[in-house]
Amino acid sequence: MWDYTEKVMDYFLHPRNIGEIADAEGIGEVGNIVCGDAMKLYVKLADDKKTIADVKFQTFGCASAIASSSALTEMLKGKSLADAAKLTNQDIADFLGELPEEKMHCSVMGMEAFQAALIDMHKKHPEWNVPVVIEEEGVNRIVCQCFSVTEARIREAIKTNHLTTVEQVTHYTKAGGGCGGCKPDIQEILDDINGNKKNSSNDSAAARPPSQLTNLQKIALIQSTFDDIIRPGLKADGGDAELVDIDGNNVMVKLAGRCASCPSAIQTLKHWVEAKLREKVSGALNVVEVK
Amino acid sequence: MNEQDIIYVDNNATTAIAPEVFAAMEPFLTTWYGNPSSPHPFGSRCAKVMVQSRKAVADLIGAEPEEIIFTSCGTESDNAAIMSALETQKGRRKIVTCAVEHPAVLSTCHFLQKQGIHVDFLAVDHQGRINLDEARAVIDDDTALVTVMWANNEIGNLYPVEELAAIAHEHGALFHTDAVQAVGKIPINLRQSQIDFLSLSGHKLHAPKGVGVLYRRRFTPFLPYLIGGHQEHGQRAGTENVASIAALGKAAELAMNHLRDEQSTVKALRDRLEQGLLASCMDPVVNGDPEHRLPNTSSICFKYIEGEAILLRMYQAAHICASSGSACTSGSLEPSHVLRAMGLDYQSLHGSIRFSFSRYNTQDEVDTIIRVVPPIISALRDLSPFGRK
Repeated sequence: MWDYTEKVMDYFLHPRNIGEIADAEGIGEVGNIVCGDAMKLYVKLADDKKTIADVKFQTFGCASAIASSSALTEMLKGKSLADAAKLTNQDIADFLGELPEEKMHCSVMGMEAFQAALIDMHKKHPEWNVPVVIEEEGVNRIVCQCFSVTEARIREAIKTNHLTTVEQVTHYTKAGGGCGGCKPDIQEILDDINGNKKNSSNDSAAARPPSQLTNLQKIALIQSTFDDIIRPGLKADGGDAELVDIDGNNVMVKLAGRCASCPSAIQTLKHWVEAKLREKVSGALNVVEVK
Repeated sequence: MNEQDIIYVDNNATTAIAPEVFAAMEPFLTTWYGNPSSPHPFGSRCAKVMVQSRKAVADLIGAEPEEIIFTSCGTESDNAAIMSALETQKGRRKIVTCAVEHPAVLSTCHFLQKQGIHVDFLAVDHQGRINLDEARAVIDDDTALVTVMWANNEIGNLYPVEELAAIAHEHGALFHTDAVQAVGKIPINLRQSQIDFLSLSGHKLHAPKGVGVLYRRRFTPFLPYLIGGHQEHGQRAGTENVASIAALGKAAELAMNHLRDEQSTVKALRDRLEQGLLASCMDPVVNGDPEHRLPNTSSICFKYIEGEAILLRMYQAAHICASSGSACTSGSLEPSHVLRAMGLDYQSLHGSIRFSFSRYNTQDEVDTIIRVVPPIISALRDLSPFGRK
């Protein structure tokens, strides 16, 4: 069991500011029930629309997730939006004394919920000039399929917390903590930010799919990739899929098992199944879900 | 905090050392510290207690003393059986096991997969049951070993080990069972059985940690896992852990005497707990196979909340020690592989709590749990954004 500080235990056992605010100007929702933690944050502004008057939260998660959420609400109350927007996940950890490094993702979740609430506010009232950070285009791709973590979130956590290893990125964002398949991607992002670019052209050349395939070869390769890589990957998580048909570059796939009811199934299909097929067979392939 | 304040309902994790067991082992930590291999009477005193212990353990599982190999733990026993089966069944390159095995078996199989061994993992249904037809379909003449646990540590399910052993033998394969959770909780008679190997662990039946047993049926081919001296008739090298073996012998004797209590008093405590919690908590779900389950184990999922939070509040409220299959308590970011293999829905998966009883638990303790837990569940539900009306 984790060794929590007294303050973490206090905020876990006696959380402040639980609940909803019916007329909140901003509501931020992050995480989901599949991943094991989730948070909903309600932010109500004062009449000047620049100061936070009230904050409430609902959190599904462990002790440190609940403590981090509650601590955040205490830190936000009474602050100007401009000051609040400057807070980082490290401020939440500092407020609580300390969080085990493996639990830092709980503080990150808190900050993401607040960012989401600001974006919500900005969308409803662009005229208020809410200080939001709009994510750069192109970095919204999901890196970690298991926990649906985007490249933008990983970059943010690395920059804010000066992370240097993949393990740290997992502690702060959960990315890489499931199947571990995205660890090379995380390393690349780390290298990119921390400036340790390495020449990986040899690796990628070897993994490239053959450039010229006959139709028959392509179909056979899709089938074998499906049977040898994709289905075992899905089965490892209680899911499964069926290759229904191939029409030109469209691969018809029917999800089964737990995938059929998983809320992130579409992402799995587009980002993982399609990515694998494109990597192994042809970059032109599209995966189409059939029910 | 005093130890008498603890409500310990985590007996599938480990158990208290019985006072009689401690008394039986203590002389071999202090007075009789000899080496059982020594030729002098001081060493022979240690060899003698090992004979007694071997007999007591054999009696508990209906085996012959020479079929008992003392090891350091259940994991060692599991590893030894699996590795030996692959070595002695030359030419056979396949293992059949089950998706909900303990990591002692599961991780060993994953390791062997990387060495080129083919491993089939029998699937389980939503109650954690395997399908014998699937076993019949995958066990073949290339199978060296079928290894399926007797009882599951998380949900308490009992598996049809006799049927599986018979199927394995039809194809000339060996059969091993990790019975770490079963021994001492249900009657076991290996004389009327086809099982080749069985693993058990001392600390699950009120002996100390650091001692286990591998049962090896007479004439079943075996190659030792630890190579070295002649101990255990050349089947397990290393100077014997005499004190712990003395303890295990006493623990086996006590377990034998209390075996009937498991089905009566211990089961009654478990059932009382389940009835109490099912009646007063929001959306509880009991996991596992209600028809074939250990008498002491209850795995309950509380929907829309997370296990570590429940555990910490239970401890804070009444020093209740239980366990959870949630990601946050497993030290990884993924919840229990057992509950995932059962295909539990996500609403339930993260909120599992396992209560596991022993003969030292009392009805008062159960009543405290029944009183303390429901308000914790509803308080955490109030905090959760999910499952709201």
